[in-house]
Amino acid sequence: MALDAHTSASASVASLRDATDPELPLITTTVEKIVQWARRSAIWPAQFGLACCAIEMMAMVASRYDIARFGAEVFRGSPRQSDLMIVAGRLSRKMAPAMRRVYDQMPEPKWVISMGACASIGGVFDNYAIVQGVDQVVPVDVYVPGCPPRPESLIYGIVQLQQKIARSRA
Amino acid sequence: MGFGLWPQPEAYSRKPTGFIMAELRTETMTVNMGPQHPSTHGVLRLVLELDGEVVRSIRPTIGYLHTGIEKTAEQKKWQQVVPLVERMDYLGAQSNSLAYALSVEKLLGLEMPQRVKDIRVVIAELQRIASHLVWLGTHALEIGAVSLLFYAFRERELLMNINELIAGFRFFPSYIRIGGLREDLPRGFHEAVNAFLDRFPGKVDEFEGLLSRNDIFLRRTQGVGVIAADGALAWGLVGPIARACGVDYDVRRYFPYCGYETYNFEVPTEQEGDVYARYCVRIREMRESVKICRQAITRITPAGAWACDDPRVVPPPKDKVYTEMEALIQHFLIYSQGFTVPAGDAYVPVEGPRGEHGVYVVSDGTNRPWRIKMRAPSLLAIQALPTLVEGGLIADVVAVMGSTDVVMGDCDR
Repeated sequence: MALDAHTSASASVASLRDATDPELPLITTTVEKIVQWARRSAIWPAQFGLACCAIEMMAMVASRYDIARFGAEVFRGSPRQSDLMIVAGRLSRKMAPAMRRVYDQMPEPKWVISMGACASIGGVFDNYAIVQGVDQVVPVDVYVPGCPPRPESLIYGIVQLQQKIARSRA
Repeated sequence: MGFGLWPQPEAYSRKPTGFIMAELRTETMTVNMGPQHPSTHGVLRLVLELDGEVVRSIRPTIGYLHTGIEKTAEQKKWQQVVPLVERMDYLGAQSNSLAYALSVEKLLGLEMPQRVKDIRVVIAELQRIASHLVWLGTHALEIGAVSLLFYAFRERELLMNINELIAGFRFFPSYIRIGGLREDLPRGFHEAVNAFLDRFPGKVDEFEGLLSRNDIFLRRTQGVGVIAADGALAWGLVGPIARACGVDYDVRRYFPYCGYETYNFEVPTEQEGDVYARYCVRIREMRESVKICRQAITRITPAGAWACDDPRVVPPPKDKVYTEMEALIQHFLIYSQGFTVPAGDAYVPVEGPRGEHGVYVVSDGTNRPWRIKMRAPSLLAIQALPTLVEGGLIADVVAVMGSTDVVMGDCDR
């Protein structure tokens, strides 16, 4: 089983192998760490594109950037099958209730990445139509700045989220 | 909300004779599609009335991406509006800024040098290819050909590289400004564009090899979402949708701008008016764009004028700003107060990736626009959606939606 340094189980494995059959494929770890590892290594984002940032989100999935390297490529059409919502784009006041509803439909545990200036603080659109930051509607874990952010920025945001999941209580 | 095919409970208690069928409930089912749906190209809400598999009526509800860009632009100075209009139709960003710049330049009475026009042609055509690539990838993805998304986005990344080269920004370069361009072309621009133009036609062949003879794709697209030429004209449809049903209208041909009348290109049209015809038109448009780009790139000299010589609008070169007092003052004025535009209104349409679009600008003689109004081809396409979809099957809604290539940022603004 390919666990990395977060599990830090190699020492216990050695002692265990001495005690039992050396060929036995066993490691020891905690349930919490294995759950954190599973959650952060297979993030399923919801397909929640709003505006321009959604195109960069698609570019992140596509050939050149290939988010599959970080295990977050399975974009789901239904919020009930996903655990990450990437709010990609400007959120209008008309859309805000629908977005909150999508968030509420996602099963726990769930995380939110606010992608782009508009989603984070309203961006250049400081006007009547745009919600000045989606953190007024849903709790946000990672803010990714940019207008729109480069796909590298979003990948960095996802990696930051993975580290946050690794630190969190399972 | 009912399940039309289920018999009523009392129907079970009767003996199974022929008249059970007469007591089946036949009411229609109302289904809400969107505003969060993977294939609504953003946030469009469709209220479908279904009779079994058949779509009886479809009511599009727009406004979920209303950004107030036109209102926000009234508070900005003329030059500051360029990034805003690029964020309207975000797939055809530089067509928007071209349309806006042309309208304001008409009010100002500016005439661009030939080199600026040629560079703008190259950029607008590359933008059209980039937009069509996103359309191709997502449209094929929605119909079920998932792998085409990766093929299309691979080529699009090369265009993003060219954007990055000219302005340091992938998506919204804001390279086309009022009065010319942001700065001169960087070194390596010709090589990058030529390398792309050499590579791309073969890649279009590859796309066509994946789709054009694909039996599943043909069955999903041929004879689906048909509109006739008179219907397209009645609904005000423009661009590839209108050209797919035989309307031979292209702004580049009938109202040339940027010297399009000097280029040799065809306006591709088809006669069927279905989803497949729109696919064919867009594929051929990409090939025509390559042709136009090849002609334009040979006309562009490596060095030369990159803006007009009007000191009201174009700031003086940086070396003069550092050494001459008047140049410094002029630079300061342009970047602090902006420039004023004579009172009046102007509308110069351009042929964007989705058809004729333009920015109608009204000036009251100050340094800010009094009103700007975008003519959005996506809004008209959504308006015609009921005509295209009604009477068809529910599975075809997604195919027709994809073939109209609507961008909700363009529609709602």
